[in-house]
Amino acid sequence: MKWDLILSNSFYTAISANAVAYILVASGLNVHFGYTGLLNFGQAGFAAIGAYSLSIPISRYDWPWPLAVLMVVVSSVILALLLGIPTLRLRADYLAIVTIAVAEIIRLFMNSVRFTWLTGGNDGLQGFTRFMENINPFPDDGITLWAQKVDGYRLWLLVTGWILVALVSTGIWALMRSPWGRVLKSIREDEDAARSLGKNIFAYKMQSLIIGGFVGALGGMWLVLDKQSSQPQDFSTTFTFFAYTIIILGGIARAKGPVIGTMIFLFVIQFVDITLQQATRTTPTDPTPLLPEWIVDENNFSQVRFIVAGLALAILVIVRPQGIFGDKREQAFDVR
Amino acid sequence: MSANTASYQPVPGSKKDDAILVVDGVRRAFGGLVAVNVDHVEVPRNKITALIGPNGAGKTTFFNLLTGFDSPDHGTSVFNGQRLDGMAAHKVARLGMVRTFQLTKALSRMSVIENMRLGAAHQKGENIFRGLIAPLWRAQEAEITARAEELLTRFNLAHMRDELAGGLSGGQRKLLEMARALMVEPEMVMLDEPMAGVNPALKQSLLEHIKGLRNEGRTVLFVEHDMDMVREISDWIIVMAEGVVIAEGTSDDIGSNQAVIDAYLGAHHDSDLGGG
Repeated sequence: MKWDLILSNSFYTAISANAVAYILVASGLNVHFGYTGLLNFGQAGFAAIGAYSLSIPISRYDWPWPLAVLMVVVSSVILALLLGIPTLRLRADYLAIVTIAVAEIIRLFMNSVRFTWLTGGNDGLQGFTRFMENINPFPDDGITLWAQKVDGYRLWLLVTGWILVALVSTGIWALMRSPWGRVLKSIREDEDAARSLGKNIFAYKMQSLIIGGFVGALGGMWLVLDKQSSQPQDFSTTFTFFAYTIIILGGIARAKGPVIGTMIFLFVIQFVDITLQQATRTTPTDPTPLLPEWIVDENNFSQVRFIVAGLALAILVIVRPQGIFGDKREQAFDVR
Repeated sequence: MSANTASYQPVPGSKKDDAILVVDGVRRAFGGLVAVNVDHVEVPRNKITALIGPNGAGKTTFFNLLTGFDSPDHGTSVFNGQRLDGMAAHKVARLGMVRTFQLTKALSRMSVIENMRLGAAHQKGENIFRGLIAPLWRAQEAEITARAEELLTRFNLAHMRDELAGGLSGGQRKLLEMARALMVEPEMVMLDEPMAGVNPALKQSLLEHIKGLRNEGRTVLFVEHDMDMVREISDWIIVMAEGVVIAEGTSDDIGSNQAVIDAYLGAHHDSDLGGG
């Protein structure tokens, strides 16, 4: 077992540009679910819209990148309005149904054969990252973090991504300590009470949906910048539920929650994954793997990693139900 | 101070010389059930008015209709010269008519002081852009906090200031809800069963608080089942049964009113509900 490789790779995964994408997607969901109590099951849809609003204009229509980034902003706001206008006046469950459906519609649209000329279909779109590569100040061969090699482009995305995370997290923190954030929390607790005190809760829910959706779209954008390819299968509902796992791990309605939650989540998954990979490996010189084949072998360890990682996360939630940064007192009260 | 309530006619729909709220022909049906069908009611300004009636009389529905939590099938209600019917609940509250709920709605996972601060109207920091820049709202926040602390002291909740509201007892939640409603600085306070589930010792202090509201110039309309309390503090009583206002008057008028006795004792099958 090469523990230095396993650990350095797991640590890198927890802070990589890919992790930045997860942090942003989860931060947006935290605004919706954590602070406002909006049951958004379609955060992956916002991420997909962010990804494709960047990749389609650049790959297909050669737009300059600032315009494409503006497109990310505009389209995420439009999606939030489309989702919110019919559902935010209704009970919370309706938003849940509509968001999960719309997210799937978006993914299936991106995947459809008929619109391959636009979205690239199952193969996705490539070649939209040149603008990031062009302004990359790091040398192409990058650096070595401990035992992990990081190429220049990924290092550049990592650095700019963490600057973005710092900005977004600070922004969310500043908003949530303000009277504006107080109204959001009151909607989460009891929207009739907020209404009886003269707050226009529809307007606040809509603003929350827009802000969180926009942050989620930034996350989707970072995800595909890192992969250098935008593909529909990255935006399945699993992505949304990973984001839920992350905010529960980190502590719901805490600005730092998604950051630490993502790092733990990705670390555990990656660590289990490559440990199992190493433990089940056979070579011609050493035909017996470390773990007996009746438990797990090299063909099925990638499924087993989710079982083991899920177990680890379940234990963490049992030991610390409020999440890493949560307030234990809040657990004492009924959560809808 | 306006005229003594004893000078009003003790009949349903009686005219008041200075009514803060005037309701005309308000009707609300749920399918075939007519929950509220109020012909004409006036609520006197700066008085404590009780709204009583047997279970299912439509009192809470009537409350919901007045405060914008439900909209009437037809009819009008006018508050301080402003038409309310069909107006959204938050706008009604901003006009100065603030309600509480039968089942208290404390914001459990927020501290008591945050519950209070939320109530304040016209907060600059409630705008998303100004909220981002703390210096724009800090001064106002300090004022609001000072006012909230004053109210907490008055309602004997000052020691709970930083506790989460979910940790309060049932009675303390009633107090918090009333104090929070006052943060809006309403002209009219609508209390839906303020005494439900409150122990006798706290009841007395709640009574004093409600009288205090009148003494500082506010109008109170409350729904209540506790007749001792109704008799003790109300200046005027409106009685509903089966969605209709069947009687109005001072507590002396109501005690001897045959329609009210019938409504409560179930003898109305052979008497005219409209009679006085």
